[in-house]
Amino acid sequence: MSKMELRLAGSGGQGVILATVILAEAAVIAGKNTAQSQSYGPEARGGSCKAEVIVSDERIGFTKVQHPSFLMALTQKSLDQYGQGLPKDCLVLADDSLTIPVCLVENRVVKLPILRTAAEKVGKAFTANIVAVAAVNRLLGLVDDEHLKEAVFMHIPKGTEAINGKALEEGFRLADSVKAE
Amino acid sequence: MAKVDMTDVREKDVNVSDLVFKYMRPEHLPHIWCPGCGNGIIMRDVAQAIEDLKINRNNLVVVSGIGCSSRAAGYFDCSTIHTTHGRAIAFATGIKMARPELEVVVLTGDGDASAIGGNHLIHAARRNIGITVIVMNNTIYGMTGGQYSPTTPTGDYGTTAPYGNIDRPFDVALLAAAAGATYAAHGDCFHVPETTRLIRDGIAHKGFSIIEVADVCPTYYGRKNKKGSAVDMMRNQKENFVTAAQAKRMSPEELEGRYVLGVIQELDFPEYTEAYEKVIEKAQGGAK
Amino acid sequence: MAKRVLMQGNEACVEGAIAAGMRFYAGYPITPSTEIAEVSALRLPQVGGKFIQMEDELASIACAIGASATGVKAMTATSGPGFSLKQENLGYACLAEIPLVVVDVQRSGPSTGLPTSPSQGDVMMARWGTHGDHPIIVISPSSVRETYELAIRCFNLSEKYRTPVIFLMDEIVGHLREGVEIPEAGTFEIVDRPVPEHYYPKKHAYHLEEGELVPKMAPFGAGERYNVTGLLHDDTGFPTNNNKIAGDLVERLMKKIDDNYDDIVTTEEVGMEDADIALYVYGGTMRAALTAMEMARAKGFKVGIFRPVTIWPFAERELREVAKKVKRIVVAEHNYGQMLREVERVAKDDCEVRFVGKVNGTVITPEEILQKIEEA
Repeated sequence: MSKMELRLAGSGGQGVILATVILAEAAVIAGKNTAQSQSYGPEARGGSCKAEVIVSDERIGFTKVQHPSFLMALTQKSLDQYGQGLPKDCLVLADDSLTIPVCLVENRVVKLPILRTAAEKVGKAFTANIVAVAAVNRLLGLVDDEHLKEAVFMHIPKGTEAINGKALEEGFRLADSVKAE
Repeated sequence: MAKVDMTDVREKDVNVSDLVFKYMRPEHLPHIWCPGCGNGIIMRDVAQAIEDLKINRNNLVVVSGIGCSSRAAGYFDCSTIHTTHGRAIAFATGIKMARPELEVVVLTGDGDASAIGGNHLIHAARRNIGITVIVMNNTIYGMTGGQYSPTTPTGDYGTTAPYGNIDRPFDVALLAAAAGATYAAHGDCFHVPETTRLIRDGIAHKGFSIIEVADVCPTYYGRKNKKGSAVDMMRNQKENFVTAAQAKRMSPEELEGRYVLGVIQELDFPEYTEAYEKVIEKAQGGAK
Repeated sequence: MAKRVLMQGNEACVEGAIAAGMRFYAGYPITPSTEIAEVSALRLPQVGGKFIQMEDELASIACAIGASATGVKAMTATSGPGFSLKQENLGYACLAEIPLVVVDVQRSGPSTGLPTSPSQGDVMMARWGTHGDHPIIVISPSSVRETYELAIRCFNLSEKYRTPVIFLMDEIVGHLREGVEIPEAGTFEIVDRPVPEHYYPKKHAYHLEEGELVPKMAPFGAGERYNVTGLLHDDTGFPTNNNKIAGDLVERLMKKIDDNYDDIVTTEEVGMEDADIALYVYGGTMRAALTAMEMARAKGFKVGIFRPVTIWPFAERELREVAKKVKRIVVAEHNYGQMLREVERVAKDDCEVRFVGKVNGTVITPEEILQKIEEA
């Protein structure tokens, strides 16, 4: 891996921004270069929401994602919006509740039950972003699992370690199910 | 009385109060104000209050804004800062917040404190930061030549109210009281002992205090509004203004239209810089 | 060993400031600088400092100046609309020679503009916004790490020259998260304002001794009992109507910055050794330039980057050297050409100058810069 450009999208409140912050934190722990940014304003308060993180072994120039190597979408609206104009080699991870738009016909699309796993298996819907970062990291091989765990524990409220630890495990398991296919 | 020996004072045998030598910068006197202006009297009241409270001048900061009133800061022999128009209270807040051990007195005017600086006045009162604000209210913009201010009575004249002022005036002390000032009082130029006491108590008060002092501006307000000479204007304060003690003995009818001197609000709330010390303790992991 | 942590630009600004000795912050919430207030509110009491949220932008800068007068290193931060409001007291700090750091995280304007979108439209306001001739130092960071380091430098220059320093950030860097190496205390220089050896009532608080850069500054309450004013004053600190003294004062203020160009002005050059095209960028625009340079070099263009880190005073001497060496300078900035005219003034006799500007709230992309490199 020399440079990965990740875009994570969803609706405000799903923790998409925090997910990119955690991935960036993990990259720093792993000694890599990273640049994380997000859309601000009304979008962050309930509308469609997008955040980006670049992870690279090299010095990062331009800090915005130009040629996404990965898109994750948790809502239909964000998938339809940010799925437009992606490079054909961009991997797409969509929640399995979503319908894949025609524009992604040439892309590799992975559907995983991220939201359902958080709500039902982990037992708390708010852990969806932690399930997601685990799945993303396992799919892309960004950093060691231990680095990711360390990053997650830096950014969650005290007292939620157990449930978020479970979310991580479930996320890893989801990604492994794809890899095994 | 001390003998005068200062290059800037032209009449060397004039009687000068000891307060001038003790708390002022004689080399910068006489002051720039017009003959008959009340600012000098208020300045003396402040000096007397400082004397009464035995405040160390090294520990005293006098802050002012812009306008006739605000030139007073430079005459005091302590740390003095003549700031920008309206912002004296904001500067003073920074000084007090950074060094709560300093005694901070703001000398300001009606325009400075209640027009361009009105926002800072109400918010300093709301926070209850331990500064003392003395408003020299001459009901006019004197430095710029007689425009009506937020305290000019309705119907009075100014150069920008050639047909009479249609604005309603502020009672500045009452405004600050409504905003939460824990000490608010009215003083004037004529009743020197009373006003000095109010200023002294205001400085001694822990928390935000304001003393609005009815000033005398014969040059602009007086002349524009046919109030007579400076002496006439002082006589008006003598005859029509009443002290709190006098007011107690008067009927509502007798008090109608009278300016009553004295404290209008005194409350007990935590002082802001002390409250912030608790924030520091909390941030550093509990009580020290 | 330096610790490496993930930090947002705005956060790095506060951490750098605290490392420099900042112990007072007064501010008012405004996007995209609000995190600077939030992090200050959290961090300052932890190190024994003070934070206060003031009623408006005017009060914020006034409050910070007041704190600085007592000898405490103070900062305020804002964005475009608030920076407009702070201008009067910025001039006060220049004239009264009170150290202060003012952060402006620029956003799209004019007026309320696009509050969350990047811009560099305050470059000229930073130079000339307050009325009257005055000296100013303006510094602009292009990465989160540099934000930390330059926040320290802003304080150092402010203290050394007894003048406000403007830390001109932009939304690109302010809201960016990157890894930052936090240097250990003691591994970087900290400058404190010159103070008198003994405090005693002083008649000439603004008197400049032979060989001094600025007059020594006693904190309020130490015993000097001097006067500070925003009126032109003599060396006693009292107002003067003497035109000779007034003129000498303004000249001294201007010269204390102009005469120390070498100490104040810093620039960065990347790939300029063999370049015949130079990109002139500053602040967050540097990031697009770095990628544009890589793309252009891959296509065979000899492109380098010239970046003023100190925005004002204008890095004229270094730019003149660049202009003599290259055949084209491409100026890229998030405004309608504010620095372009400055660059043209210095460079146009020696090389051609092209321009990439953006005022629609989006970021200049590497492709847009590349286009101006490839253009015949």
